[in-house]
Amino acid sequence: MRETDININRVDWITVMIYFVLVMIGWFNIYAAVYDGQVDKSIFDTSINSGIQLVWIGTAIAIIIVIMAADYRLFENLAIPIYLVMLVLLLLTPFIGKEVNGQILTIGFGSFRIQPGEFAKFATALALAKFMERPTFDLSKTKYQLQAFGVLLLPIILIILQPDTGTAMVYFSMLIMFYREGLPQKYYILGIGIIAIALLALGIENNLYLAGAIVVIVVILIIMGKKTPQQIIGFSVIGLVLIAFTYSLDLVVSKLPEHQQNRIMVLFNPDLDPLGVGWNVTQSKIAIGSGGLAGKGYLQGTQTKFDFVPEQHTDFIFCTLGEEFGWLGSFVVIALFVTLLTRLVFMAERQKNRFNRIYGYCVISILMFHFMINIAMTIGLFPVVGIPLPFFSYGGSSLWSFTILLFIFIKMDSARALQLGRMG
Amino acid sequence: MNDQRPVVIIIFVFLVGAVLLTKLFMIQVMDDSFMKRAERNAIQRIVDHPYRGLVYDRNGKLLVYNNPIFDLMIVPKEFEVGDTTRFLELFKISKEELIESYQTARNYSSVKPSTFIKQISTNEFARIQDFLIDYPGLFIMTRSVRSYPNPIASHALGYIGEISGRQLERDSSGYYVQGDYVGLSGMERFYEDELRGEKGVKYKMVNVRGIDKGPFKDGEFDTASVAGHNINSSIDMELQKYGEMLMMGKTGSVVAIEPKTGEILSMISAPFYDPNSLTGSDFGKSYTALNKLETKPLFNRPIMATYPPGSIFKIVQSLIGLQEGILTPETTFACNKSLVACHNHPSPVNLFGAIRNSCNPYYHQAFRQIINQEVSSNTFKDTEIGLDAWRERVLKFGLGGQLGVDMPNEKIGDVPSSRYYDRVYGEGRWKYSTIYSLSIGQGELLVTPLQMANLAAIFANKGFYYTPHLIRAIDGDNTKIPKEYQTKHMVGVDAHHFDMVQDAMVQALYGTATRAIMKDIQIAGKTGTAQNPHGEDHSVFIAFAPKENPQIAIAVYVENAGWGGRAAASTASLMIEKYLKDSISRPDLENYVIAGNFIY
Repeated sequence: MRETDININRVDWITVMIYFVLVMIGWFNIYAAVYDGQVDKSIFDTSINSGIQLVWIGTAIAIIIVIMAADYRLFENLAIPIYLVMLVLLLLTPFIGKEVNGQILTIGFGSFRIQPGEFAKFATALALAKFMERPTFDLSKTKYQLQAFGVLLLPIILIILQPDTGTAMVYFSMLIMFYREGLPQKYYILGIGIIAIALLALGIENNLYLAGAIVVIVVILIIMGKKTPQQIIGFSVIGLVLIAFTYSLDLVVSKLPEHQQNRIMVLFNPDLDPLGVGWNVTQSKIAIGSGGLAGKGYLQGTQTKFDFVPEQHTDFIFCTLGEEFGWLGSFVVIALFVTLLTRLVFMAERQKNRFNRIYGYCVISILMFHFMINIAMTIGLFPVVGIPLPFFSYGGSSLWSFTILLFIFIKMDSARALQLGRMG
Repeated sequence: MNDQRPVVIIIFVFLVGAVLLTKLFMIQVMDDSFMKRAERNAIQRIVDHPYRGLVYDRNGKLLVYNNPIFDLMIVPKEFEVGDTTRFLELFKISKEELIESYQTARNYSSVKPSTFIKQISTNEFARIQDFLIDYPGLFIMTRSVRSYPNPIASHALGYIGEISGRQLERDSSGYYVQGDYVGLSGMERFYEDELRGEKGVKYKMVNVRGIDKGPFKDGEFDTASVAGHNINSSIDMELQKYGEMLMMGKTGSVVAIEPKTGEILSMISAPFYDPNSLTGSDFGKSYTALNKLETKPLFNRPIMATYPPGSIFKIVQSLIGLQEGILTPETTFACNKSLVACHNHPSPVNLFGAIRNSCNPYYHQAFRQIINQEVSSNTFKDTEIGLDAWRERVLKFGLGGQLGVDMPNEKIGDVPSSRYYDRVYGEGRWKYSTIYSLSIGQGELLVTPLQMANLAAIFANKGFYYTPHLIRAIDGDNTKIPKEYQTKHMVGVDAHHFDMVQDAMVQALYGTATRAIMKDIQIAGKTGTAQNPHGEDHSVFIAFAPKENPQIAIAVYVENAGWGGRAAASTASLMIEKYLKDSISRPDLENYVIAGNFIY
């Protein structure tokens, strides 16, 4: 006799609880962000964002029920078709979508609009899991590396065309999943090195210092090394390439569109233009920074309430939290995200088949990226990238897509006992 | 190898959490600058300006009040002009003015209010009030300016104006900010602390576009403004008004004091100006215009102009001589015109006759005895000792130093000391013949009209004075006035010495100032003529009346009007009559003074 799919006892309730806690905190913060003491509308009032968000939350719960009720094999079987449908939607978006601020991100009818870029995340996650689950799939081999990147690259290209660079960047978070699945460590070390040098090159006014430092390091390495001709030549070439990279970076940055250039420059010097490009980050930091240890109290924030922070109910929702609940509030939310991600790693590792595990790591990668980059940008640690804080930010597409993303994995996890072990 | 990788990923997750929390800790807990910047962002401090205290005269008649003026404000974003022609007619401006004002306002802010038309009069306001509703984006803001129901006593009352940068720098109280109004002269300046009141403050929240979002923390930190204290001045409005009418077209001073209190009943500096001209937006323009005038209407003569005291000083000399025991009423000197010029009168004279006839040689000889008391056998040394001892006595009469009237910039006049002559002639190189001019109130001696009026009060009081002051009560309470105005100053001359002097002053009128004589009020007075090297001499007269129980002591200076017996004595007599009887029984004398032809 077939065991029933919905087994309440097998659902990972810790994850579900964290999900609902985060959604509720987010909902309260959305209300705080739009709250106006002079008008005094209820949190349930659907004429303000908190009321609408409640509708999104309600529909998200419906989606959860549907996912949990579905056959656990459904997602694996439909992985590739879903992926293809999403690609088609992404392809069509520029033609049938609605233009806002030069971007065409949404499709739909009237006020019901969805953002295919958001939903493409779980679709790509499913596709990658399906594609990489074959036992023969080995990420240490160039052939498979290229295949995996190919699956990733298609949605990235289509999203960049919208253009929505922020969302496109999310897909690179899959490097976390690739790391777990065996992409060689040297790529990561090289990548981190390049990023470090790039940051130094952009942050340090005079590239000569950086070039000098590289020369010194190369000389030390040669002296400490085996002093074979190959090694001396090898280190020297790497050193020269790095110096060239340092100098070419300024050129590359200057070729970027101006608003992207500005976002990068503001990171290094927030006071560069506090009323212009620096406005978002400056105001965001003022809002969060003014929260102090314990915050100003719920609905008592002045910075977010009076619109000093742009996009405060969506991408900058963390400001409301930081201002009204202070560092302690920030600590609670960050701790919840860290707990959630750690729990997901634990869950992914207990999966009996590779498909589930890969999908689990995709969820981890995407959530990790959003959590890290969104908060980092509000406190000036990362350039402003228009991506939402999972479960927090206002908006149906984002809440739905994160809900689908997470609960498909929770569903898989709850059904893991039914699956045969087919680990590679 | 892959078994380690989940651990690496978990470490990475924790690391990111730690980095974010560290950075958050830095900006939220360690750095409080963001808190201040947030306040600057969203909390606006709005000062609630207090009503400045009112000023009344000694009988409770209003001298200074606050007149509401109306500024028409505009919020460009909300503004709709509608029918332009009608608008221009209603507000009485040209199309160009409308465009310019609108543009200026827009350049400042399209959502914040700025001034559209400044200082609309009450009448204008009443006219446009009902139509304002047709023009969204326009509203009236009420302020107040000082206003004077009667344009009198401008110098005594003073004026207020925007605080200057230098005053701001010197202000240690931290009360004032740029743009605040502050008393700049007269009582307005002296009683600034009493009159100004206390500013209130309201904290309101504004959003990113500067739009009001209600009181901060429900007004927990707001304070209401406290109106300034009302002041009762000692000035008698009717007397002041009458005196200014008499002094119209002349240059000079009138200071009248109530002897038994030191209260200034009237203080006139002619030419005067309309105090209403130095209020509100006209201040700068009017001030510049007044300042340019050759007649110097802004110059506060009663306390800033100094003249030689002339013959009037002989009374002081008489009193010092009596107190020193050098003179007695019987002391007689011949009118020896070889010593110093004099006019014709019976000779020799005793002290009474000397005062009555204003005999110059008498005082030349009397003063020599006061100065050279043969304390030292060296005549130079003896003169020096005598001069300084004499000077000490003169200073006690309130001369040669600030009296301490409640107005800024009081001049001290001059009573020279031995140090002065040492400097000019060299030590031990001057003696009585160098300084004898002092005996008849000439030479280096200089006094202000206020000091002269105070002298008259001393004579009336028989030997004491209260520092002359313009304040009578604060909020109707006369114990609140500064303590120094409630302190009696003795001049160091026994009261009985004044009896003969007073009698002589009554008689003096019959010699030199017959115009001043009144049938029913006994006036004691003394004429003086302040020599003026630049033109006609200045006419000077001091007096007090009635002789028994004096109610008023007065000093009158009329510049370039010749003898004291004409312009000054007539004016003083009329002022006395006005104050004591409230009506004038001598229209001829009044017309004589008003006409002002004193040189003939």
